[in-house]
Amino acid sequence: MERVPILKIGSILLVSIQVDMSDQTAVQLQEDLAERIVATGAHGVLIDITALDIVDSFVGRMLSTIASISKVLDAETVVVGMRPAVAITLVELGLSLNGIRTALNVERGMELIAAARDDDQDLDEDEDDAGPDGGPATETTASR
Amino acid sequence: MTVGVDLGQPQTQEVRADEDVVRVRQLVRAVAVAVKLSLVDQTKLVTAASELARNTLVYGGGGTVDVMTADNGRRRGVRIVFADSGPGIADLDLALTDGYTTGGGLGLGLSGARRLVDEFEIDTAAGQGTRITVTKWSR
Ligand SMILES: Nc1ncnc2c1ncn2[C@@H]1O[C@H](COP(=O)(O)OP(=O)(O)OP(=O)(O)O)[C@@H](O)[C@H]1O
Ligand SMILES: [Mg+2]
Repeated sequence: MERVPILKIGSILLVSIQVDMSDQTAVQLQEDLAERIVATGAHGVLIDITALDIVDSFVGRMLSTIASISKVLDAETVVVGMRPAVAITLVELGLSLNGIRTALNVERGMELIAAARDDDQDLDEDEDDAGPDGGPATETTASR
Repeated sequence: MTVGVDLGQPQTQEVRADEDVVRVRQLVRAVAVAVKLSLVDQTKLVTAASELARNTLVYGGGGTVDVMTADNGRRRGVRIVFADSGPGIADLDLALTDGYTTGGGLGLGLSGARRLVDEFEIDTAAGQGTRITVTKWSR
């Protein structure tokens, strides 16, 4: 069975899926990622699917599961590089990529992870002042 | 990836294991390219084939997938037949409902695949196996 490599760049794990994955390979990737998040303390996972010419219900579910697992392990997942034809097909298939953040390319994905991290830290600082827009909270003037 | 395909006759892929589903995707892609389906239509057809081949493996206990070209006088297309001699589907309407699954999936394979192709025929009954024929035409 082929295995998808996971690279660590700073505090982010980068997965660039280059092969047409068998279901087993997809499940293995899910497990490998969970382990690597914990082992490295990564706070972001970037999954580059530029090379994937289809995403079916199995791979779609795997992406959602990875997003959920990493959330529990305090890491943000962003999927980048979805092809237009893949996006069109996913919608018609009826698959909603629950809880998955997407970005156009790796660079934007990195920015998204960094921004999500900043938001999280803001929330941690003033837990009871979580505004609905998630914008940077100005000093603790909890007037609502 | 380009697999050389002989368009003259149906290509058969056995579906006995995970990797066979990958092979079905590759075979369908090659024929769809040869018939000159648009990129979006290729993507839809390969995705539908992936769903149906996985069902053949998981629920049908394995089977065969035949991929062939089709011609209706005006347009060319790709026709795929998924056949297994598994338990069959007792309640087809239910199985074709979005979200219905007996296997802990998303229940989108059958209903979604049907939306992704131009023609969808299913021949099944409890204890009789399942045979699904789909066709996608070039525009
Ligand atoms: N070849 C088959 N033989 C027997 N039963 C089948 C077959 N294909 C589908 N079914 C039945 O129809 C149900 C719906 O199939 P469908 O592909 O829509 O969903 P799923 O495979 O359960 O989940 P998903 O494909 O979204 O991961 C299955 O759960 C199964 O009970
Ligand atoms: Mg299915």
